[in-house]
Parts: sequence; C-alpha cells; structure tokens
Amino acid sequence: MSYDYQPFEYVAPPGLTAKEPQHKVIIVGAGPVGLAMAIELANHGVASVVLDDNNVVSVGSRAICWSKRSLEIFDRLGIGDKALAKGVTWKIGRTFHRDHEVFNFDLLPEEGHKMPAFVNLQQYYVEQYLVDRALEIDLIDLRFLNKVTAVEQAEDSAHVRIETPDGEYSLAADYLVACDGARSPVRSMLGLEFEGELFEEHFLIADIRTQGNFASERWFWFEPNFHPGQSALLHKQPDNIYRIDLQLGWETDPDEEKKPENVIPRIEKVLGHSDFELDWVSVYTFQCRRLRDFVHGRIAFAGDSAHVVSPFGARGGNSGLQDVDNLGWKLAAIVNRGASAGLLDSYNRERTHGADENLKNSSRTTRFMTPADGIERTFRDQVLKLAGKVPFARGWVNSGRLSAPCVYPSAAPDNIRLPAATRPGSVALDAPQGNGWLLQSLGGAPRLLAINCAAPDLGIDVVELAETPMVRARYLGDAPQALYLIRPDQVVSARWIETDKQAVQAAIDAMWEGRA
Amino acid sequence: MSLIKTDNLPEHDDFYAELLATHKGLSEAESHALNARLILILANHIGERDVLSEAVALAREVD
Repeated sequence: MSYDYQPFEYVAPPGLTAKEPQHKVIIVGAGPVGLAMAIELANHGVASVVLDDNNVVSVGSRAICWSKRSLEIFDRLGIGDKALAKGVTWKIGRTFHRDHEVFNFDLLPEEGHKMPAFVNLQQYYVEQYLVDRALEIDLIDLRFLNKVTAVEQAEDSAHVRIETPDGEYSLAADYLVACDGARSPVRSMLGLEFEGELFEEHFLIADIRTQGNFASERWFWFEPNFHPGQSALLHKQPDNIYRIDLQLGWETDPDEEKKPENVIPRIEKVLGHSDFELDWVSVYTFQCRRLRDFVHGRIAFAGDSAHVVSPFGARGGNSGLQDVDNLGWKLAAIVNRGASAGLLDSYNRERTHGADENLKNSSRTTRFMTPADGIERTFRDQVLKLAGKVPFARGWVNSGRLSAPCVYPSAAPDNIRLPAATRPGSVALDAPQGNGWLLQSLGGAPRLLAINCAAPDLGIDVVELAETPMVRARYLGDAPQALYLIRPDQVVSARWIETDKQAVQAAIDAMWEGRA
Repeated sequence: MSLIKTDNLPEHDDFYAELLATHKGLSEAESHALNARLILILANHIGERDVLSEAVALAREVD
C-alpha cells in the first residue's frame, strides 16, 4: 500500500477508574462524518467525546469524490485548503458507449466559486486531516479502541457501555450521534432496520498505481469493448492512483473475483497494458435504503448509519457531511441554551428529504446501469443508441447524477422576483467578496446578508455584499436590493426585497424553532 | 415546425422512471401494446404530420 497507515494513540479513558460526569455529546464513529461532527460541534462551542472501535484511518480509498458543498464544509472545519491542495480537481465527466463518447458534462460551468465542482481524494487522507484537526481542539475528546457494546437512553440522556484494551466502562451524555457507518452497531443495538431496495449486482472496485496519463475527468463506459456487456468507471486520485469500478453481474463469486489472479487480467484489459500495481481491491453490492427516522429520542443518526446509496452519484460521503452541516448548529443550540427540540425534528425532516433525493437519483442510475431483462433493457439500450445520433438523448444517459445539495422545503418569506437558485431552503451560492469569498464571511453563524440596503439591528451580524454582475445573477435578479437571512449552515432561511424589523425578527424566531 | 432533437423535456429522469414503472409487471406482449398506445396518444398530441414523419424516419435511421 502506498499510504502509510499509522495507528493513532490509545489512552486509557478516565471512566475506567472513576465514573465520568455526564458529557454533552457522545459521537460514535471516527470516520469522516463522526470527526466532522465533532469539529462542527466544537466550532459552535460544544464539547464531545468521540468513540471508535478502531485506531487507523479508512483501509482502502472508499469515498473519493468530494463535492463542492463538502469542500465548503471542510473549509469551515479547517481542512478545506489541505483537501483542495492534495486532491485531484475535476469537473468534466465523459460517458462512453462501446468505444464512442456519447455525452459529457461540465459540473461547474460558471466562475466565481472558491471551491471546484469536485476533488478526488482518498477517504484515508480526509480522515487523517480531520483527526489532525480534531487533536488540536480541546473540546474534542477522541478515544480510539473504545468499542461501544451497549446503548440505552433515558428521557434526558443517552448511555453507552464501552470495551477498551484495559476493560469496560460506561458513559452518559445529553445526546448521542451515531456516525458508525452502514453496518451501524448503534442502529442494531436499538433494533432499528433500514427500509428500501437491495440491488442484485456485484461491482469490483480496484485502486491501482500506474504512471498513466489519464485526464482529471470521470470516465464511464456502458458495454465497453474491454468489458463486454457490463459497465466500467475510471477515476483519477492523488499519488498516481486510479479508481476502477467494474460491473461483474450477480452470478459472480465476490471472494473469487477479489483474487489478484482474477483482478489483474481485467485491469490489463481496461488499461491496455500491465504496468501497474494493485493498491486495494474490494467487491460490493448496491443498496439504496434508509432509516425511517434519523432521530430517536436522545440519539441522532448521521451519514451511512442513517442512509446508504449506490456509489455512482458520489452521494454517500457527501450526504453524510450535509447531515453534519444540518445537525451541528441545531444540536449546539439545544445543548448550549436549551433551544427548541423542534430543531431536531427539523434535522429529521430536512435530512430525510435530502436522503430521499439521493436514494431516488442513485436508484435510477443503478436501474439504468443494470436494467432488468425485457422492456427495461430495451429502453436503456435504445437511449444509448439514440444518444450516439441525437443530442436530446445524451442527457438521458444516466451514469450517475452527481451530488448537489438538495433544496429543503420551506414556507419562509420569499419574493419570487429574486433568483430561484437562492430561494429559501437552498445553500447560499458562493461569490467573490473583496479579497475573499462570500461563504467564508458567512462562516458558521446566522447572518443577515444585505445587498444595496440596510439591515435591521437585531443582534445578528450583517454581511454587506457589493453588487457585481455575479451577485446580481445569484442574489438579485431584476430587484434593486435584497435582504437574506442565512442559517448557520449557510442555507437561505428567508429573503425579502423590502421588509421591516418585525418580519425579519419573526423569520429569525422561526429559524431557531426549526419551523419550515 | 421541424422535429426537436435537442433537450426539450425538463426532468427527463422523472419521465424515464415513470415510463419504466408503468411497464412493471407487464408481459412482453402487454409492453408492446402499451408502447403502441403511447405512441398513438403522443402522435395525436403532437398533431403535426411533418414532425411525425421526421420522427419515424429518425427512429428507423438510428437502428
């Protein structure tokens, strides 16, 4: 392996010798979602204990495509520039049928955003950066080799039993966030089940190291000549590592397919040469499923523990970070100052909505890639055939609709003269501001964003944004001025062309109560 | 008017999903029949003789 896996230090927790006082938040799982959750909570002044049964970062590259929104979140967590510098930036995707390109897309056709559409970066690097950052923060108590073996909750607290190399102990907290992955032990211990679809398909996933010269683009093939009848994906990562996904069919044996003597000939056919090393291989099946509710009393689920999707839209890791973005400020407001529990209901409402959009898109992609025999395959094959000849059909070819933040349903004040892209429920769009960027000045606190107008004094920091053609296109439309209320997760909460103090105060109250 | 060959249907992924869903559980013959009815319904809606001939020719030509 090219990545140098260094075990993180285990320290015997105080709870082994004396009962610890009740903590604010326990986070189970130190993957990208759990670590991001801890840093986000710390940014809002909330202390947490992070428990992980392991002591190394992700084995294998796993989540590699980090979306613009995830990079913006990373920026707030303090690892944005690092991820950007190390990652492979890309925005063009090309789709091939047999050996012809049928379709390509540009995910970020416009300028004026700090972050690119996507960077590819192995999950182990993301975890390493997040661990390094978390270790700098006093409010985060990171405990490796601390395995949760039992969970229960009371009216006002969550309790866990933990196994360590030095014995067992118990911990309690006001809230627990389960970020313990697709096979979430917390979910099992609470007896909760996923609902949704399991697709009968096997995919081989391989990371290879080669001095190849492939473009920084996403290449997807339907029925390539080198892998007849199936689909394939090639994606570049840092360190000359390439991700290759190959559809295998349901009748294959995962353990056989994982053997190097079977993997290597397949990769040779993709690359057309044998000058490469295998870095990591796995075989996976698709699931598109979620928990019915992401909040159960004092326990919230975020990331793969709450929802799993097929990987072809980069909607797994990215949606987990969007969960963190949504939950962090809400949980902090409740823990810090007893804000309305309606905020947790709104996390559940908004992120199940987001999960449904991800599930819908990834199920459709999966269906297009692995059509059932009969009419479904006929339609799929004829879309591909038309796409070679007729422009409209190119957009119908579905090799993945890539992760973009959903728009949360909202009944907040709005004015339809203002641009649709920044309507209430949407993530605020970035724009250059002075020598920096708008999203950086919005930060992680509620803001009033004022363009060509004065903002009322309501104890919320005001960000004044100078009008430019970009700002006009993203925030004004044909209106002379606008005032936006932005939530701590940079989601537009409400907006007006003209307003008064009372209306803005009412919108602020609604925001802190989690009303839609 | 001539046949539109560029993207003209917003939310085409939704339509594609609806199309597959409506075929779910049908036999091959039933699917053929449903497709035939659908073509006739859409042809009537389009209502332009030249456009339909162009569409027929294109469908044939691509095969």
